[in-house]
Amino acid sequence: MSAVLAATDHIGGNLGSIAYGLAAIGPGIGVGIIFGQGVQAMARQPEMVNVIRQNMLLGFALTEALALIGFVVPFVHK
Amino acid sequence: MSAPHLLAQSGDEFEAPGLHIFEWGPLFPGGPSWLDWLTKPVLIVALAGLLLVVFAWRAFGNAQLVPRGVQNVGEVAYLFVRDQVARPMIGKDGDRWMGFLFTTFFFVLFMNLAGVVPVLQLPVPSHIAFPIVLAAFVYVLMIFLSIKNQGFVGYFKNMMFPPGLPKPLYVILAPIEFLSNIILRPFTHSVRLFANMFAGHLLLAFFSTVAWWFLVEKLTPLGAGVGVVGFLMTIVMTGFEIFVQSLQAFIFVLLAASYIGGALHPEH
Repeated sequence: MSAVLAATDHIGGNLGSIAYGLAAIGPGIGVGIIFGQGVQAMARQPEMVNVIRQNMLLGFALTEALALIGFVVPFVHK
Repeated sequence: MSAPHLLAQSGDEFEAPGLHIFEWGPLFPGGPSWLDWLTKPVLIVALAGLLLVVFAWRAFGNAQLVPRGVQNVGEVAYLFVRDQVARPMIGKDGDRWMGFLFTTFFFVLFMNLAGVVPVLQLPVPSHIAFPIVLAAFVYVLMIFLSIKNQGFVGYFKNMMFPPGLPKPLYVILAPIEFLSNIILRPFTHSVRLFANMFAGHLLLAFFSTVAWWFLVEKLTPLGAGVGVVGFLMTIVMTGFEIFVQSLQAFIFVLLAASYIGGALHPEH
């Protein structure tokens, strides 16, 4: 931890952008899984496309919220 | 030494647009003080509301059995909201909520699309106050409907202790469900719309500023390439923004419908 704190003295620019990069990892994986599985489900059962798309978008919205919170926080905590 | 500094001529450095592009003072700075509330976002909200009223009036005001003109568009829009949002999320009595869902969807959509309309070019939900009002309305409605349909104790029992799980699991599940339903729900509902519009507007502003700066203000042989990239990215991102704005309006109303549906039918 102290090494990280020491390193911040030498890094210029906005640390918030690094924080956002870290915050985007998890939701990135999650969104990938959701759409991957969604497309797979549509390919297996084309007659269920409407239901699958609905739930896919719902899950996408819930997952994406994490990345968006990560995006907003650096602006809030200046 | 940063890349923009190397590419531009000596003198002023390229400055990326920041939060200041969201700060709009009164529309008429020299005007009377009672007009100070009229800012650009307020004007766009009023225009979006007016556009929605005119659209609905033209489409459904004098409905014919055989639709003509705007009524065609209105009916397609109505069927889209009913079949994609109301019926799957609320169920059989979803049609009763169409008035609210249809209005919310198109109000949010028009406010979002103002972000790519020339001259307006400001998605109103990029100011968090506007999505908060919409989300708070849905939140109060959800709690009111839940308590009305399930009773005060029944609401919290259904939410925190869904039946059919092993007993020790409730220790973890109950606080998580409470947190996500009561506290995080209105927060994420409003922040999702806000952050998408905020990020999109910032992105568009960034690329168009790059294009303007490197092609018009500080034209250099090295910088021109960057300016062309910025110009092309502005066009590509505008297309992408139209997609995101429509999707976010859809997701906003989809979530609102799912909250209402959950309040009416807790068993699902």
